[in-house]
Amino acid sequence: MKTDRTKPSAEAPAGETAKSAATSARSVAWARRRRAAAQFWRQYRGHRSGLAGLVILVLIAVLALAAPLITGSDAQSVTDAPGTPLEEPSGEFPLGTDQFGRNLLALLLWGARVSLTVGLLAAFLTVAIGTLVGITAGHFGGWYSTVIMRITDWFLVMPTLVLAIALATVMDKSIWTTVIAIGVTAWPTTARLVRAQTLAVESRPYIERATALGGGHRHIMGRHVLPNVMPLVLAQTTLVISQAILTEATLAFLGLGDPMIVSWGGLLQDAREAGAVSSGAWWYLAPPGLAIAVVALAFTLCGRTIESVLNPKLGVTR
Amino acid sequence: MASESTTARDQDAVPDGPAEAGPSARGPRSRSTSGYLRYVAGKLAGAAVSLFAVLVTSFFLFRLIPGDPVKAMTGGRQVSSEQIRAMREEFGLDLPMWQQFTDYCGKALTGDLGTSYQFKAPVVDKISEALPATLLLTGTAFVLYTLIGIWLGSRSAWRHGRFGDRFNTAFALTLYSVPSFWLGLLLIIVLSVGIGPIPGMFPTGGMESGGESGFGYVIDVAHHLILPVITLVAVEYARTLLVMRSSLLDEMGSDYLTTARAKGLRDDEVRTKHAVPNALLPTVTLLFVNLGNTVAGAILVETVFSWPGLGGLFYQALSVPDLPLVQGLFFVFAAAVILMNTLADLIYPLLDPRVGR
Repeated sequence: MKTDRTKPSAEAPAGETAKSAATSARSVAWARRRRAAAQFWRQYRGHRSGLAGLVILVLIAVLALAAPLITGSDAQSVTDAPGTPLEEPSGEFPLGTDQFGRNLLALLLWGARVSLTVGLLAAFLTVAIGTLVGITAGHFGGWYSTVIMRITDWFLVMPTLVLAIALATVMDKSIWTTVIAIGVTAWPTTARLVRAQTLAVESRPYIERATALGGGHRHIMGRHVLPNVMPLVLAQTTLVISQAILTEATLAFLGLGDPMIVSWGGLLQDAREAGAVSSGAWWYLAPPGLAIAVVALAFTLCGRTIESVLNPKLGVTR
Repeated sequence: MASESTTARDQDAVPDGPAEAGPSARGPRSRSTSGYLRYVAGKLAGAAVSLFAVLVTSFFLFRLIPGDPVKAMTGGRQVSSEQIRAMREEFGLDLPMWQQFTDYCGKALTGDLGTSYQFKAPVVDKISEALPATLLLTGTAFVLYTLIGIWLGSRSAWRHGRFGDRFNTAFALTLYSVPSFWLGLLLIIVLSVGIGPIPGMFPTGGMESGGESGFGYVIDVAHHLILPVITLVAVEYARTLLVMRSSLLDEMGSDYLTTARAKGLRDDEVRTKHAVPNALLPTVTLLFVNLGNTVAGAILVETVFSWPGLGGLFYQALSVPDLPLVQGLFFVFAAAVILMNTLADLIYPLLDPRVGR
């Protein structure tokens, strides 16, 4: 039956034409998802740490988006910097200036855009690869799964940071290099998680029913397994973002990021090269690292809360 | 075979146990000695395959670096084409790629990882020179964060939900989110350089001041060791704490604890003599994985503190880029993780006979 693409629904009125049955089944499915989302939010609200993380993230996202409005778009220009080099914090420059006399507060806001973008893109890539590998390995099984999981295991034992550094060394210095270096090295954990969940979902009877009705591989994976692993993937993404932001900062600090773009890790590298350590310029070093830590922590808090809402047993134990 | 199918299911259920435990513990096929030996052989074979794959990766990955290594070596000095040809020959760069590869593998089997471009010394020598410093740093940090993680984790779980637990977890997670190199730099500024009223109390980097011998040397190295170790412990202990906490929480409702209490044991005795030993099992796997990863994770800390270990060497090698040295170090870092994972796989069934029953 071609029309039967959504899950069966007891509420779908009998005796209607096949087409309208399909639409109503779909609307029922959507109503169920809305209910699930509302319930999820009610439980999420109950976790104070998760709410705190969310508030921090929204605040930082707004500041990052509004950076051009707050500071003007020429904050990164080295040639017409507003201050003198390495000024201490003052009324005019609340966080002081860097070695070119640029306003550090403005650079910090601009850096937020880069760090968040790279973190999000890298996490997205990581989770996309991990989900694809995990679902196909769980669905097909057999030798395909064996080979894929051996590769996954192998990536899992490689020291992620060393591999990412190696990749970033080999490729050109750009934002995309950082994104790819993180994405290619960080996916195996997600792949294992998703595979386990896929196996659990595929053992349920309705998958058997869908197969019996002629559902192909794409249909089963896309329509039945994917929606069921999505919540888990969401939690995993949030946790991966914080790791990605940390790795991005690390690569930039080692001088492997795009030298033309100001990011938080890059600011720390600039500070170290400008001799901020030996001259005791803590006001130059402290803010970027603090920003990295706060954002990474906020994502971790959100991820853990999502995890514990989805899996109440985990919520108690972790 | 009924027992066969149970084993297969157990194998699927166990591996994902402790978070990030890697390929993790899989049960032996049977509890007999010969079964365990077969299991060991399988694990060792797997490790050997992984090591070979790392060798292949490290060779081809770094051949992708654009630029001529000979140019990097001469560093812009005026050299005749004769000299360049001689250098290419010396490092085997004139041979076709596949021949370089077979040479490389053959030599690696005999423990020869090539000659460093920048130091003009065998890579194996450079690595073995730097190894003790890294082992000292990561070993000290490992012992400390393991003890702190297990102690705080078990206390947190025992009083879970109370203020102490929430504070412990939040504090550990916060430090876990901090970039290690940044924490290191801050510690140097505050405690080594000194700001405001705080005097500089610690050396800013390196492993020794020189000119000391005997007991004075030990004290001097320990003095240099304090800040790097604090940095590593601070960013690493959260992992152990969280796993210890969750595995102890899993044990909390168990009947044997009720029995222990019914016998009239004090609360502390129930915790340290009954609950914690059982909860330690999943943590053990994590410990080995941690140890392997800490060696690689120390790259940043060693760079920041100019510690003369493998991580600092890696950073120096990357900036040239010194291909043979980078390759060799990459292999050592990956091998450390693989060996530790294999060790965990081998020990786990001995510690927990339930695995694979």
